[in-house]
Amino acid sequence: MPNWNDIRRDFPILHQQVNGKPLVYLDNAATAQKPRVVIDTLSRFYERDNANVHRGLHALSNRATDAFEGARTRVAKFINAADSAEVIFTRGTTESINLVAASWGEANLKKGDVILLTEMEHHSNLVPWQLIAARTGATLRYVPVLGANAEGGLDLAVLDSLLSPEVKIFAFTHISNSLGTINPVVELCARARARGIVTVIDGAQSIGHMPVDVRAIDCDFFAFSGHKMAGVTGIGALYGRRALLDAMPPYQGGGGMISNVDFFTSRWKPSPERFEAGTPNFADAVALGAACDYLDGLGREQIAKHDAELAALAYQKLATLPGIRLLGPTDPALRSGLVSFAFPDVHAHDVVTFADEDGIALRGGHHCNQPMMRKLGLTGTTRASFYVYNTPEEIDLLVANLAKTLKFFTG
Amino acid sequence: MSADLSELYQQVILDHNKRPRNRGRLPAANRVAHGDNPSCGDQCSVYLRMDGDRIGDISFDGSGCAISQASASLMTTLLKGRSSAEAAELYKNFHEIVTTGKEPEEISDIAAFAGVHAFPARIKCATLGWHAAIEALKGGPNVTTESHTD
Ligand SMILES: Cc1ncc(COP(=O)(O)O)c(C=O)c1O
Repeated sequence: MPNWNDIRRDFPILHQQVNGKPLVYLDNAATAQKPRVVIDTLSRFYERDNANVHRGLHALSNRATDAFEGARTRVAKFINAADSAEVIFTRGTTESINLVAASWGEANLKKGDVILLTEMEHHSNLVPWQLIAARTGATLRYVPVLGANAEGGLDLAVLDSLLSPEVKIFAFTHISNSLGTINPVVELCARARARGIVTVIDGAQSIGHMPVDVRAIDCDFFAFSGHKMAGVTGIGALYGRRALLDAMPPYQGGGGMISNVDFFTSRWKPSPERFEAGTPNFADAVALGAACDYLDGLGREQIAKHDAELAALAYQKLATLPGIRLLGPTDPALRSGLVSFAFPDVHAHDVVTFADEDGIALRGGHHCNQPMMRKLGLTGTTRASFYVYNTPEEIDLLVANLAKTLKFFTG
Repeated sequence: MSADLSELYQQVILDHNKRPRNRGRLPAANRVAHGDNPSCGDQCSVYLRMDGDRIGDISFDGSGCAISQASASLMTTLLKGRSSAEAAELYKNFHEIVTTGKEPEEISDIAAFAGVHAFPARIKCATLGWHAAIEALKGGPNVTTESHTD
């Protein structure tokens, strides 16, 4: 059982004042802070091992290649992939989803086909599908979100009828970044699989916050970002089932992904190299491996419990504020470590500006989820999202600050 | 509350936010333009009824933070009856105030927006309605703050 108070010492950035107050960082769903060990791994790599991977025959290149491929193996283990060749390094969730949409979509979608999404998708699991739909003639369809405050989650009652024979691929988020809803991914994948439909999970919000086992979930693709799981920015991964990856064309062309090139044609390597054209982001990948070690050191079951307890406490305390509209599941068991809320008379950006004044970092706006916000009759919400280093005392500071802001605007 | 923050949320701004002037669609409008701030989702439509080159009537509609709503509201009170050249001049003034914090030469409620300059991320909030109004005067339908350097 980690000692949650000691954990704050692992994160150098937390020990600072903002506007004269100790920093209270509650914007973890946007990006998480990095423990010392991840920062040190990155600088140590640059100080000792840096050289291009897979090319050189010299000592440093071999070390860098080993570290990079070691990171791939580490990430594969982190998500329990059967084979490290099923882990493709990308810039993050967004690039991972674009890769699937462009590459799998180009090879498999045609006019008349349907791409099934849900209404709670982040723009990065929505716009790539709009692009490939426009290119192939496929159309989009959405699983509705239930409830005036989206408290009902996805409408599972209509799912089977939405999963009609024209549907070729079903892409959905594991955890909603704007609601905190944890979707029943095992069930969603099982229902799609029973009809031969390929599944894609946006794991941006789940990867660093709970155990993720792609084989137990039984998805075909799983996309995530390193920076939301205590890793550095600029690196993430796409997990893909080997059989599907082997049948997909390259995403980009360049060095490193070909087995033979002549002036007019090329043959490509198998996954993962096929999908990693050009010099990969090996240094950040190595740091991502360190983030996996760090999180497993704490225990992901424990992290999930810690974050969910903070969210449940926040939900309960925020509910006492006059006029507040809390979004997402009312049942704490269905909620991840974030709370999203709105006030009738105070706009999210004013709330965030007032919080910043007290050193509290929040996010306000549509959270890259504009269509659903519109459906809920909102232009945006304020979001407090928690991670391993947050404390119940910080929630008290948040609630006190919000009460002050409300008083200022509504008297 | 810090000095910067009380500068930002002046009484004039709070008042316009709470009791917006000229809010809602203008049934007799013959020009309309819509402004969007894609980074935060704020929206503002400005409706004009032009009498020749003069703004005979003006209203706004939309949603956003106190700064964007108050700015659009105050703007409608300033632009009514003005020619397009005068409107452009007023906007130039306003823009200078929110980006530099300089006080206006004449006594005006616009001064309340000088505090915005200390919060660079909020300059786009303050100029959203103005962008839409200038666009409507030019006869264009849509603007987004991303295409402007402020
Ligand atoms: C649910 C969800 N999907 C996708 C993304 C995009 O992640 P990235 O910007 O790291 O590619 C985010 C990040 O905000 C997210 O919360």
